[in-house]
Amino acid sequence: MIRFDQVHKRYANGREALAGVTLNIASGEMVFLTGHSGAGKSSILKLIALIERPTRGQVWVDTQNTATIRPRGIPEFRSRLGVVFQDHKLIVDRSVAENVALPLIIAGLSQREIDKRVRAALDQVGLLDKDKLRPLELSTGEQQRIGIARAVVAKPKLLIADEPTGNLDPELALEIIQLFKRFNDVGVTVVIASHDVHLIDHLNARRIVLGEGRVTGEAPPHAAQAAAQAASHASLHTASSAAGRPPAGTPR
Amino acid sequence: MSVEAYFTRHAQTLLGSLGRLVSTPFASAMTITVIGIALSLPLYLNVFLQNARIATENWNQAFDLSVYIDKKASATRTSLIAQQFRARSDVASVRVILAAAALAEFRSSSGFGAALDALRDNPLPDTLIVTPTLSASTPEGGAALKSALAQVPDVETVALDTDWVKRLYSLLDILRRVVLITAGLLGLGVALVVGNTIRLDILNRRMEIEVMKLVGATDAFARRPFLYSGVWYGLGGGLMALGLVEVGVLALSNSVTRLATLYGSSFHLAGVNFGTGLAVLMGSVFLSWLGSWTAATHHIKAIEPS
Ligand SMILES: Nc1ncnc2c1ncn2[C@@H]1O[C@H](COP(=O)(O)OP(=O)(O)O)[C@@H](O)[C@H]1O
Ligand SMILES: [Mg+2]
Repeated sequence: MIRFDQVHKRYANGREALAGVTLNIASGEMVFLTGHSGAGKSSILKLIALIERPTRGQVWVDTQNTATIRPRGIPEFRSRLGVVFQDHKLIVDRSVAENVALPLIIAGLSQREIDKRVRAALDQVGLLDKDKLRPLELSTGEQQRIGIARAVVAKPKLLIADEPTGNLDPELALEIIQLFKRFNDVGVTVVIASHDVHLIDHLNARRIVLGEGRVTGEAPPHAAQAAAQAASHASLHTASSAAGRPPAGTPR
Repeated sequence: MSVEAYFTRHAQTLLGSLGRLVSTPFASAMTITVIGIALSLPLYLNVFLQNARIATENWNQAFDLSVYIDKKASATRTSLIAQQFRARSDVASVRVILAAAALAEFRSSSGFGAALDALRDNPLPDTLIVTPTLSASTPEGGAALKSALAQVPDVETVALDTDWVKRLYSLLDILRRVVLITAGLLGLGVALVVGNTIRLDILNRRMEIEVMKLVGATDAFARRPFLYSGVWYGLGGGLMALGLVEVGVLALSNSVTRLATLYGSSFHLAGVNFGTGLAVLMGSVFLSWLGSWTAATHHIKAIEPS
């Protein structure tokens, strides 16, 4: 579903956020991107959502080389993607239902179809009774769930989330993650960037560890993944990730 | 997208944009008033011009040609010439003033009776007052008629004073150009005012536009509500301009009618007619739409999520 091939990202200020990232995420997986603040987690998600473009290397999403997507094609590409943000990015002067409906309105669905799907999405995040409220009348956790409802309402195959639990206390954070897991269970590929190691430790999910713009490890080792990668690139990164926990002296 | 869903969506966006304008009544009223005032100026000039046209139509009908017959020609010859003129398609009527009658009239009305008796010959020629038909009553038609009549044997001179008509017409023509230039400049101003308003609106809603783009909105989709705002501004401003001019016409019409009565005219000041009103509304909507389209296209393109 997602493939990064020796991806570099240097921002306009000269800061190299990604320094040769190679990774593979299969369809139907649930993967956490972890690492310290500044490691490059958000940059990876931005490259997936075409918010940024790589300086070098290739990014493949859903068998499509993103380098071939022109600016005109970006809206259509994004409409097939679900994105969740740490700060929710809800429109404050529109109701919860209107916020969730946005991707469907853009897609041009009929009002009846929109109402039906919005209710279903709100039901999935457990906020069916809050549809008429404004986002600021909800708690942070509820706002995040609205953000998730909006991300899944158009039934994307891929859901990406940047620090979706960043502002939440551990209990609420776990609820949110379990919500993502439920979407993953029905076949949605989920990629979550999070520096919250304790939270992820609770879960038996694949984890890609980043440090200084490189993949420094993977846990637990993903056998099929590692084998597939080793076949195509005999890179050091793949070798070290196949070894399990991030080794102390990962070569840079 | 089904046709029904498409129209429903547009209708919703249209109403949504109106709702947004209503929710900031002061700012919206300011913009609409600026458009209204800007458009009312050329409209006032136009009303003046239209009324000047109507008023001068009557003057135009008033011009006659004076044809002086050679003094050697007889009275019979004069009436023959008059008959020939009456047969012309561009002549409405011909009045004959014979030299003898003219002198008698002059003698009795001027009080120079004794002095005139001293003259051996009647100094006055036979005269024909030729009134052209309405369609020939133009500066060109008058000139053509004049040269045609001058060709006729025994016609001494033909006098046609159309200079004032020509001057009036060229004045009205200049005024018409002034109206067009003013309308063009102020129309441009309207587009810019609306464009600037939309620009500020877009900057205020930057986050919202970013979010829409993040969930897959095209620039055209994000632009749509702003175009509808522009349409509403244009409609409001156009109605305001028409209202301002109607009020002005109403305020002036009594004194104009009174003035006209003093000159023995039944002239009434006319307001904006339906066609012009419709054109003003459509023009106003179009200009605002153009302004908002330009601003929205430019500024929405510049907003990219980060
Ligand atoms: N838009 C940007 N312009 C310049 N530097 C950036 C930008 N975004 C991120 N960076 C830098 O790139 C590095 C990686 O950032 P980021 O991908 O946000 O990491 P993380 O999400 O893991 O904290 C950081 O050093 C950050 O300062
Ligand atoms: Mg980050």
